[in-house]
Amino acid sequence: MSNEAAADKGPNAKKSYTGFLGNNLRDYGMMLSLFAIMIFFQIMTDGTLMRPVNLTNLVLQNSYIIIMALGMLLVIVAGHIDLSVGSVAGFIGGLAAVMMVQYNVHFIPATIICLVAGGLIGAAQGYWIAFHKIPSFIVTLAGMLVFKGLTLALLAGQSVGPFPQTFQKLSSGFIPDVFGGETLRLTSMLIAALLAAALVIANLRHRSNQQAHGVEDEPYAFFIGKNVVFAGAILYIGYLMATYRGLPNVLVVMFALILFYTFVTNRTTVGRRVYALGGNEKAARLSGIKTDRLTFFTFVNMGVLAALAGLIFAARLNTATPKAGLGFELDVIAACFIGGASAYGGVGKVMGAVIGAFIMGVMNNGMSILGIGIDYQQVIKGLVLLAAVFIDVYHKNK
Amino acid sequence: MNAILEMRGITKTFPGVKALENVNLTVKAGEIHAIVGENGAGKSTLMKVLSGVYPHGSYSGEIIYEGEERRFADIADSEKIGIIIIHQELALVPLLSIAENLFLGNEQAKHGIIDWNLAFRRTQELLRKVGLKESPNTLVTNIGVGKQQLVEIAKALAKEVKLLILDEPTASLNETDSDALLDLLLEFKAHGISSILISHKLNEISKVADTITVIRDGSTVDTLDCRAEAISEDRVIRAMVGRDMAHRFPKRTPDIGAPILEVRDWVVHHQIHAERRVIKNINLTVHRGEVLGIAGLMGAGRTEFAMSVFGRSYGQRISGKVLMDGREIDVSTIGRAVDNGIAYVTEDRKHYGLVLGEDIKKNVTLANLGGVSSGGVIDDLKELKVANSFRQKLRIRCSSVFQQTVNLSGGNQQKVVLSKWLFAQPKVLILDEPTRGIDVGAKYEIYTIINELAAEGKAVVMISSEMPELLGMCDRILVMNEGVFVAEFSGAEATQEKIMRAIVKAGERAA
Ligand SMILES: Nc1ncnc2c1ncn2[C@@H]1O[C@H](COP(=O)(O)OP(=O)(O)OP(=O)(O)O)[C@@H](O)[C@H]1O
Ligand SMILES: [Mg+2]
Repeated sequence: MSNEAAADKGPNAKKSYTGFLGNNLRDYGMMLSLFAIMIFFQIMTDGTLMRPVNLTNLVLQNSYIIIMALGMLLVIVAGHIDLSVGSVAGFIGGLAAVMMVQYNVHFIPATIICLVAGGLIGAAQGYWIAFHKIPSFIVTLAGMLVFKGLTLALLAGQSVGPFPQTFQKLSSGFIPDVFGGETLRLTSMLIAALLAAALVIANLRHRSNQQAHGVEDEPYAFFIGKNVVFAGAILYIGYLMATYRGLPNVLVVMFALILFYTFVTNRTTVGRRVYALGGNEKAARLSGIKTDRLTFFTFVNMGVLAALAGLIFAARLNTATPKAGLGFELDVIAACFIGGASAYGGVGKVMGAVIGAFIMGVMNNGMSILGIGIDYQQVIKGLVLLAAVFIDVYHKNK
Repeated sequence: MNAILEMRGITKTFPGVKALENVNLTVKAGEIHAIVGENGAGKSTLMKVLSGVYPHGSYSGEIIYEGEERRFADIADSEKIGIIIIHQELALVPLLSIAENLFLGNEQAKHGIIDWNLAFRRTQELLRKVGLKESPNTLVTNIGVGKQQLVEIAKALAKEVKLLILDEPTASLNETDSDALLDLLLEFKAHGISSILISHKLNEISKVADTITVIRDGSTVDTLDCRAEAISEDRVIRAMVGRDMAHRFPKRTPDIGAPILEVRDWVVHHQIHAERRVIKNINLTVHRGEVLGIAGLMGAGRTEFAMSVFGRSYGQRISGKVLMDGREIDVSTIGRAVDNGIAYVTEDRKHYGLVLGEDIKKNVTLANLGGVSSGGVIDDLKELKVANSFRQKLRIRCSSVFQQTVNLSGGNQQKVVLSKWLFAQPKVLILDEPTRGIDVGAKYEIYTIINELAAEGKAVVMISSEMPELLGMCDRILVMNEGVFVAEFSGAEATQEKIMRAIVKAGERAA
């Protein structure tokens, strides 16, 4: 029948390179931008950027931004924003310092208490947003002020530190090397190799699965190229780090979280519902999704991640200061938008936010090495954010 | 008569879809020209090309208007020379008044300062022309869709229209409002204004059209001149779907069983004005295997009733009982209503039915993610299979199930919403205007699905403003007016006149 014929007409462009590129331009474009920026600074800094020490530092410096970006992505996809994350992270750092330094609480219970506190803060804000429909912009703006103030009060305007050694390990520790390698940390290298292999295997399985159902559309050369580049990058970075002190503990935590949130957003019903909620709240609610509860929990989740980031940051500085966390929210939100999240909700990817955070991180790091002042760093970052979003919007309207 | 408009060899492609291929259209000056075709045939796209929504360069072919080739860069360009389009979705600002809406972007101003006296006078004049008795001060949100449609037309008149394009203007209007609108078109014609009318309601078309252009799969397949000879609806349908359609409604032998859904003493108060009762203590019983129709005018409370039963998604201070298979069930949230086997297909697919930015696949499974997942993890391939099977079963016209629903034609969007609720496997399916904006062929397919559900021992409640559809499909028809059922007819005894009389009589009693 005529209908059927038309329905099957479809794009015969399947497997065509241009067709595939057109559909996935954004994802690859992001990746390429990151590579381009890295190469640019690698050259400009005469190779300092990719030096093992610097690379390790880069990861340490950005871990807390990336961790918060994971939560922020969900918040933004759900159609909201959270301006309070920087203040919350600072507050939790202060809380941790007061507990561990002034009251000698062991670091394990202290950490747990801090994460729970973060969750409660998220719940307190999410409550107004989800159940009383107060715009998240306003609630979290209030939260930002509240927790900035509370941090000052809690620390009595002073810096509190240093933290116990065991707690510092969270940020400054590296995974132990069972082989006791002197110039090359074998364990770290091995982990990187295993990861690269796991990635390739997972991709291969996914592809063959898709092929069996006739839905893969990625040209073979792309697939190979993508895997070689990714596995290569993991091995190379792993190698660089192994020649220094191995993989930092934070990197492991961060990596696990990235995997977890990628999985949640791509494969689980909860993730799917968050996208539907942000895409069209009314339709989502009429489909039986408990949109209020879901919104509430995205903020609880954000609170916990902000707390974790606060802990990592405090451990890294080895002291809690009233200024900690200042302006973090801007980097975190920028990372999500550079990474392709939509300010209208419903659109955004975890990998995008992570890459966005790395783009910001590499630029921060590279510009600092080049000796560009903090003043112009901000100007440049602002323009990059605008450009990234402009390209996105332009691409969409074409 | 000479042509006011000629579109020649129009071809328009979207990524992966050829929406129009070499379409020709000639509209004579002062005629009402109807365009018909199946959902997704390309009607709206053609009109968007004509009005500059898709600018020159984004399509190929040429537009000749009043004897000159035109290349519009945007809508303002086409409006300047008298081509005004009223889109399938109304484009009024709800919280502005009628007067403000009428002159939006075309304000009656001098040096940027609005002359409200002039605006008011002109508004009154225009409202009189379209036969709308409302104050220019009334907010658009406070008037019904029918009147909003008239405001849109008044807005077009405010701009010196020569060629008026109406894309499914009567899709959400009841018969009286539709008739008023069609009469208006005839009046415009008398004043020399040409119109292009897109509609799936063929009776309207045979009433007013001078010429009919039929589009199928993005190409013009036929042009019928109604002035030379009377064109039968069957003739039009044949051209549209490319085959004969012996019946408009699929045959069915009803096999009606025990009551399945019962609603008792149902009272609903207005969503905002809590003191106002919208549904006034009504009872309803649907049986297994039954197709039950609910007739009534716009604003009778049918949608409010259905939504309040569906997890209290409308209203407040709701009281009454709902029974499924004789046992009382909890419908206090949408999730519970769905779990208890109730599904509601909304009349407003864009705002309440679809996540427009997501693809077909994700929309289809949204109400029943449990059906394609285990332990909270979605099985991609299973989901794909489900979506593809619905695509096939309902003949959803798309490039693939990965196509964003925002890019589907109106009728195909409706099929996606329907798929979503069919996949939730309800025992009772409540359909609110299920065939609004849907072509004859697709209607038949949807009716067939309704019959299949009934044959499986499920029940279908059908709210519709299209009388012929209720008469053709339902085993029983309830008539609602002002929040109460005022009459009940068996499918065999019901006629259009009886239903209308019941409504009018109830209205008189209330007055
Ligand atoms: N922006 C777009 N991107 C991709 N495809 C599109 C876009 N707009 C329309 N289409 C496709 O073009 C075709 C024609 O759509 P159009 O809206 O013109 O149909 P229609 O005849 O108006 O149908 P209906 O009667 O359902 O309103 C459809 O297959 C639709 O999916
Ligand atoms: Mg259309």
